[in-house]
Amino acid sequence: MPLTAVNDFVIRFANVNGSGSASANEMFARAIMRMGIPMSPRNVFPSNIQGLPTWYEIRVTEAGHLGARGGTDFMVAMNPQTFNADVASIEPDGYLVYDSTRAMPPGKMRTDINVIGLPLTAICNKEYTDPRQRQLFKNIICIGALSALLDMDFAELEKLVGEQYKGKEKLIAPNVHALHLGREYAQANFSCPLGLRLKRSDKVGDRILIEGNAAAALGAVYGGATVCAWYPITPSSSVAEGFTRYCKKFRHDPDSGQARYAIVQAEDEIASIGMVIGASWNGARAFTATSGPGISLMQEFLGFAYFAEIPAVIIDVQRAGPSTGMPTRTQQCDLINCAYASHGDTKHVLLLPEDAAEAFDFTASSFDYADRLQTPVFVMLDLDIGMNHRLCRPLKWDDTKTYDRGKVLSAEDLDKVKDFGRYTDVDGDAIPYRTYPGTHPTKGTFFTRGTSHDGRAKYSENGAIYVEGMQRLLRKQDTAKELLPKPLRTNADKPTRFGVIYYGSTAPAMDEAAEMLASRGHTLNLMRVRAFPFHQDVASFIADHDFVFVVEQNRDAQLRSLIVNELDIDPVRLVPILHYDGTSITARFISGTIGDRLDALKVTPLRKAMS
Amino acid sequence: MTYLAKPKFHHPSLPKNAIGFTRRDYEASTSTLCAGCGHDSISAAIIEAAFELSIEPHRVAKISGIGCSSKTPDYFLGASHGFNSVHGRMPSVLTGANLANRDLIYLGVSGDGDSASIGFGQFAHALRRGVNMVYIVENNGVYGLTKGQFSATADRGSKSKKGVFNTDNSIDLVSIALQLGATFVARSFSGDKSQLVPLIKAAIQHRGAAFIDVISPCIAFNNHAGSTKSLEYVRAHNEAVNALDVMIGRDPITVNYAPGKVVSVTQHDGTVLNLRKINDEYDPGDRLAAMNFLQKHAALGQIVTGLLYVDSEADDLHSNFNTVSTPLNQLDTAALCPGSVTLETINDSLR
Ligand SMILES: Cc1ncc(C[n+]2csc(CCOP(=O)(O)OP(=O)(O)O)c2C)c(N)n1
Ligand code: SF4
Ligand SMILES: [Mg+2]
Repeated sequence: MPLTAVNDFVIRFANVNGSGSASANEMFARAIMRMGIPMSPRNVFPSNIQGLPTWYEIRVTEAGHLGARGGTDFMVAMNPQTFNADVASIEPDGYLVYDSTRAMPPGKMRTDINVIGLPLTAICNKEYTDPRQRQLFKNIICIGALSALLDMDFAELEKLVGEQYKGKEKLIAPNVHALHLGREYAQANFSCPLGLRLKRSDKVGDRILIEGNAAAALGAVYGGATVCAWYPITPSSSVAEGFTRYCKKFRHDPDSGQARYAIVQAEDEIASIGMVIGASWNGARAFTATSGPGISLMQEFLGFAYFAEIPAVIIDVQRAGPSTGMPTRTQQCDLINCAYASHGDTKHVLLLPEDAAEAFDFTASSFDYADRLQTPVFVMLDLDIGMNHRLCRPLKWDDTKTYDRGKVLSAEDLDKVKDFGRYTDVDGDAIPYRTYPGTHPTKGTFFTRGTSHDGRAKYSENGAIYVEGMQRLLRKQDTAKELLPKPLRTNADKPTRFGVIYYGSTAPAMDEAAEMLASRGHTLNLMRVRAFPFHQDVASFIADHDFVFVVEQNRDAQLRSLIVNELDIDPVRLVPILHYDGTSITARFISGTIGDRLDALKVTPLRKAMS
Repeated sequence: MTYLAKPKFHHPSLPKNAIGFTRRDYEASTSTLCAGCGHDSISAAIIEAAFELSIEPHRVAKISGIGCSSKTPDYFLGASHGFNSVHGRMPSVLTGANLANRDLIYLGVSGDGDSASIGFGQFAHALRRGVNMVYIVENNGVYGLTKGQFSATADRGSKSKKGVFNTDNSIDLVSIALQLGATFVARSFSGDKSQLVPLIKAAIQHRGAAFIDVISPCIAFNNHAGSTKSLEYVRAHNEAVNALDVMIGRDPITVNYAPGKVVSVTQHDGTVLNLRKINDEYDPGDRLAAMNFLQKHAALGQIVTGLLYVDSEADDLHSNFNTVSTPLNQLDTAALCPGSVTLETINDSLR
């Protein structure tokens, strides 16, 4: 029996990188969204530009599960190089679409799947003479055929073509024609639709489809960043590129046309963070975007900014390490490297957004946090959030909000204050006052240094003064805990001894896994951690449960280590659930692993065991 | 070390500059460098230049790396904000600071270890970007602060205090600055105040990347026979190409009695640099000739000093970026935030 499902399946396109398939695939995904059906697309791509395999996966999910599901129900296998493996990965009773112009590549065809041959090359060669057109339209023809096979609303595709070629109207008709070629071939040769199909729905609501990196870039524009210094690295480059694009649109003086921003592609990540620190010291909001290797290079400067108390925003789009690792695969593996970046005793602020919408919010507010706390702030994205389009709530901005530039003394302030000490804790919140260079002719200057300094910024090797400074930096973290986004707790309907802590891009898979586990009879309370240093609620949550699963996407249970270290929790109570093969974590994995543990453990409740 | 504290008392007869400041107003904490260190002479020249130019000290940001040389910003312009950054990274911090506020004067101070070794990349890239700054390398051919190891500017064949011969080729920062497109390139000697002060003044007036390599003997580790950065060696091998007068204002009164031997260069701000040519064929407007000249004299074992190259029409990073004239650090929420209506339009385009 061929698979049947409405609005609930995974379709995967296996392509050759650089063949122009990306925009066609994206159009197909958008058409599903326009039909009101939630869907979640993911790119799987190698770190080469051309000639290597890429996959584009769309999870169609009426239920709105936006995490990766795993498995493929419908494979569009256009890459001869990966053909056999692609065929092997199809779920039993699933579907295979391939280009039947040439004979099937050698190898025994599975008999438990449904094979659909579309002579795409033949159709193209008949229709077009230009080799480039043949290549590009092949992708469009394929989408046209799928629209019939899966019962897609064809009008949505036509509309999208119109939008895509707005301003280049000449290209609309040929593209629509190509869509028709495919659609008509499928209708004439197969009984359409198949068992897997799309049906108009209303579950998308007002949600938008955006990549996390673009959302973070927009957050930087809204958050008032004027200086961006960066060095290209996958998967972060599109943050700086997005910032450039949005600045060109929104940040030019309407009269003079001049730029209200400066973007430097620096010589390396050390220079990038140096520029960010220099600009922030001088009162501009500045950020850099990078990935793990860049964070490694920035270490010395990060300790400097921590110790000299200079704001800085670092957007880290994490990828699988160590070293070059798997540069185009996702992980949450830089937590410890960022939280404790640099030599000596340091501790940094991390923000852990779950999706693009939070990437926008957190990036915009990261500048307020950095200015308020006078310290580096890391926005921890990952490849899964950063480089994939994700359905999320619309971006919101409150026009009554003005930027919080923190404790900065103006010339008038300086005339009023009796005494200025750059590192003196006047207000008891461990945050001192600062001045921008050039503010006042005679007051408020100070010397910024990475060497030990007293309350007036004077060099000092006095142990007591050093300790006092280090203690104040620690107290500043307490101020931070209240300022940063609080962890979000979701309690199950029934009381339970088990909890789960998770963060970042694990969120959609975790939410889905909780439902799956509930249907297996396992109830769990959930806590999504959104910032480091941890809010008191994290400790309370752990105290409320006998065992807490900590779900994350790295080998060494980095968030769990931070919890054990910072909150003095007995590690036995924190059960690591780790997924780190570079693919996005799935609900199947989480519910399987946690479910098996709960089934097998049959743990004696801790309270009983101890009594 | 100099232990004598400076008296705070200002003598009423101390000479004042155009804005009513005395030299004292440009001084700062007492130096903790070795007595006689060339770096202290450079600090004195910076103080003199700022005084003579009547610069408001708080409009200067002084930024350095790590080293004895990089400590010096603590010892001049005490009323300016200072930034003692990390080893070799002054240029990036200065670049960022400059982007944030184009209206201040940026004075970058570095050493030869700081700029020619660990920070060689940042040195190069700040110059090629045309950051509007004065970049001074206090060049002693050694790592002073870490006690006398060779730096990359030490000449091949020179001998360290411990008797070790340097077998590596040396880096000539001036030649490299020229090659990278710095628009003001000079070399001087810490002991030659009459040459150094006008050069610093001219560099401050220059809009663009101004680089000055100042040979500055380290009396602790590099002032012995066999060192090519020693006082004696430099004095004996100095080949000055020109002497410089900086005239401020639109209508400079040029007083010079040797016509035909003066080249006047007018900078953006109206400053006129009058070069009294000591060397007849030397033209500081010709970059290629400057490079040749340097190489030719280096081969003869001569250290060329003076203003080697200046492009009076230079552009800086801000003009390349076409940034607004208001410093970026003064733009407020209204100027920077596109607002909720725009965000709604963006949301609509993403559905
Ligand atoms: C990352 C790093 N590595 C090494 C050092 C140690 N260090 C301090 S100063 C210095 C050399 C300074 O030489 P130079 O720039 O020529 O300055 P000088 O003391 O000669 O004026 C070194 C290697 C450091 N501070 N940081
Ligand atoms: S060690 Fe050399 S460079 Fe350092 S202060 Fe002494 S003389 Fe100057
Ligand atoms: Mg040195």
